[in-house]
Amino acid sequence: MDSLIGGTIWDEYSQKVTDLMNNPQNMGEITKEQAAQMGAELIVADFGAESCGDAVRLYWAVDPKTDTIKEAKFKSFGCGTAIASSDTMVELCKGRTVDEAVKITNIDVEKAMRDTPDVPAVPPQKMHCSVMAYDVIKKAAAQYKGVDIESFEEEIIVCECARVSLSTLREVIRLNDLTTIEQITEYTKAGAFCKSCIKPGGHEAKDIYLVDLLAEYEKEKLARTAAPGAHVSFAEMTVVQRLKAVERVIDEHIRQMLVMDGGDMEILDIKENGAHFDIYIRYLGACSGCASSSTGTLFAIENILKEKLDEHIRVLPI
Amino acid sequence: MRVYLDNNATTLVDPHVFAEMEPYFVQKYGNPNSLHSFASETHPGLKDAMEKIYAGIHAPKEDSVVITSCATESNNWVLKSIYFEYILTGRKNHIIVSEVEHPSVIATAKFIESMGCKVTYLPINHEGLVDPQTVRESITSKTALVSVMWANNETGAIFPVEEIGAICAEHNVLFHTDATQAIGKIPVDVQSFNVDYLTFSAHKFHGPKGVGGLYMKRGRELSPLLHGGSQMGGYRSGTLNVPGIVGMGKAMEQTIDALDFEMTEVRQMRDAFEDELLKIPDTFVVTPREKRTPNTLLISFRGIEGESMLWDLNRAGIGASTGSACASEDLESNPVMEAIGADADLAHTAVRFSLSRYTTQEELDYTIEVVKKAVERLRGISSSYAYAPEGHKSGLDTHH
Repeated sequence: MDSLIGGTIWDEYSQKVTDLMNNPQNMGEITKEQAAQMGAELIVADFGAESCGDAVRLYWAVDPKTDTIKEAKFKSFGCGTAIASSDTMVELCKGRTVDEAVKITNIDVEKAMRDTPDVPAVPPQKMHCSVMAYDVIKKAAAQYKGVDIESFEEEIIVCECARVSLSTLREVIRLNDLTTIEQITEYTKAGAFCKSCIKPGGHEAKDIYLVDLLAEYEKEKLARTAAPGAHVSFAEMTVVQRLKAVERVIDEHIRQMLVMDGGDMEILDIKENGAHFDIYIRYLGACSGCASSSTGTLFAIENILKEKLDEHIRVLPI
Repeated sequence: MRVYLDNNATTLVDPHVFAEMEPYFVQKYGNPNSLHSFASETHPGLKDAMEKIYAGIHAPKEDSVVITSCATESNNWVLKSIYFEYILTGRKNHIIVSEVEHPSVIATAKFIESMGCKVTYLPINHEGLVDPQTVRESITSKTALVSVMWANNETGAIFPVEEIGAICAEHNVLFHTDATQAIGKIPVDVQSFNVDYLTFSAHKFHGPKGVGGLYMKRGRELSPLLHGGSQMGGYRSGTLNVPGIVGMGKAMEQTIDALDFEMTEVRQMRDAFEDELLKIPDTFVVTPREKRTPNTLLISFRGIEGESMLWDLNRAGIGASTGSACASEDLESNPVMEAIGADADLAHTAVRFSLSRYTTQEELDYTIEVVKKAVERLRGISSSYAYAPEGHKSGLDTHH
């Protein structure tokens, strides 16, 4: 209901975000001279661009003997969330070593800005503003160590707001047979925030989108049904895979015909019985008690399953 | 002090308008189409209101001004009915809109595009204006409709609707203009140039929300979008919004009476306000003021993200906007600024101040002080104005 009238995003900012926007604590600069006085090395790292709507410049004074960040400051072009996130990120950097700082993520930053542990500090569509706080740390660390920024990223991140990797997404989609964006978001939180990773045309351009991953999986499934021999045969499948394969055939080829007559069916069990695969089913609705359910309809179901999956299938209604 | 400078989003209801509407809630609540005195006692008020609305846009009696629920409905109606009548039937295959139309035109155009209609999105030039020549170049023998707004909601840019209307007449193409941001700010006369359909909305000129209109020239009547009990001559079904119509009538009368004031006093106040703000270094305005509605100022403060500026303004009690209020949850840059494409750095820095005849000099003086302080504070935070050691290779697209 709340989403029907909408509202202002500012209402969803935590008090901490509001306070930091009104009065950022770590805003400022460190000059070369100031760093030298601290016996530290000055690192200045930039991330983002005004033309993209968010930009941050991070200053670190790093003690070269201990790799500790002795002092940190920021300047930021952006909205309240960007400023508050930058401020919090700088606070989290202070006193840590460069290696420790690299481990700080945008999620740590967001959590640090919460008033109460279980209420998000910013509304979902503002989550991406905190991502740049994470990226700029990596950039600063790369500069300090004289290495490439890529060396800090161990895996490809598809949803930066929720930090969900490509490998996690691929795994979750396949394990749970996900077919919609909503399902992916429900399982992984990917796509719940700024929505850039869902499909092209969002706030940020990506290399790979959630729709691509769904399409990839869809294609894979299609290849499997089109050329069953090329993939795992019914006999080689695990019990769960067999159940899913049978469910899929029923969904695609059988259920509609039953539903049209006011009925339905469910699978109870699949058992290997000598050379046969016995699939136990139960009729629902109008099907139960229908004369054809043990003759014509049953043969039809069995024949379709035989044709699509394995010729040794037998269907046994209970 | 609270200052409202977001009159292109909505306006306060003129107290005279409210007074006129009031009897139609508790006393004269009848359905105008019923057969009893409860119905007929609403008729004089409705008739009077319709006359004021016709007079307000100088519509001839033979033409239809159909009352709708809002400008969004009116715009949807035009594009969708044209789609049903011309595109779906295969008589035509193309419409033309400007790329900076209100979302109710753009989103509808995208929708019918997805249903197979070709759509040309006209670009705007460096001043934020549509060049009529681009309309001429885009029209084909299969073009059904051109829809270009009269005045832009964000920049206040006044589009050359007279020239565009003439080009449409020449090529026998229907012409629709969304005059939502024009009425009450500049003269709007449907007989002074070629126009087939014209959209407007009461709450943009001190009338109530939830009531708008669509002017349709005689012979160009659209088939209905809302089917039902054949109210509004069958063009738009749904029980008449009696208080809304009465309110819009009164608001139209008041706003036409105040048009001279708007075009002189409000304009002068806006111009002086603009002059003061432009004294702040690195501050930019895109559309020249003589090509804008008298109440609107879209201004960019380099190095300050628009939402941050709104934040500081709001803390001081001032309501302004970064663009379209519909997109208040939108992360994107101002579409008009983006379309102008002059300087990408400025796309996220635009803030819109829109005045009304109720705006006072005192309010503007206060706002100028607040803006100056906000610019100082926010540029102090901004990476665009930040120190960098010699030889620092900036990854930022900064101040240049």
